[in-house]
Amino acid sequence: MILARVVGTVVATRKDPRLEGKKLLVLKPISPEGKDEAGYVVAVDTVSAGYRERVLAVAGSSARMAEGCKDTPVDTAIVGIVDEVHLD
Amino acid sequence: MYFGRVVGCVWCTTKNPALLGQRLLVVQPLTPQLEATGKRLVCTDSTGAGAGELVYWVRGKEASFPFLPAEPPTDTCIVGIVDSVHAQALAEARQPTLPDPASVPAGAHRKNARKPPSC
Repeated sequence: MILARVVGTVVATRKDPRLEGKKLLVLKPISPEGKDEAGYVVAVDTVSAGYRERVLAVAGSSARMAEGCKDTPVDTAIVGIVDEVHLD
Repeated sequence: MYFGRVVGCVWCTTKNPALLGQRLLVVQPLTPQLEATGKRLVCTDSTGAGAGELVYWVRGKEASFPFLPAEPPTDTCIVGIVDSVHAQALAEARQPTLPDPASVPAGAHRKNARKPPSC
């Protein structure tokens, strides 16, 4: 799972019917300290995350195990909103 | 499976219900020689690993298998705590260090060469 920040939304009118009603957000991966890392990723939101929020995203086939994503064509899902990251 | 070291933890109040009760730890991936490599990531934990501990973790759908029959949405999971690693000797045996050709005198490789058996 990766830490990421919500930096935008995606609107798609024509899409797979199984994605209807799902919120798509653009994520920017971040380090545990909060610094931006390379690349962007589009993820399905399962926890009602908001703009600029730090979130936990799961990738690969595990994303389909998130609630509401069963048997949907999804490979990245937001599964948590991060309150705090503690580094030793 | 990969080596890693637990370097922190993550709190999430709002999360997918299937992740309730899961510990979320920040893990720094390591080489077999225990040097840091790659980005730190967040893993669920099936072993009760603690801060600073050397662990091994799996990636992919298999990461949710330790929690069966529950299927939490996780793609990285700590599945073992490492007691000791014997990878150093193995790595050296596979990649022998050759002497610098400049420092070896000419013909030195022949000095200890086995002589043909005399009749």
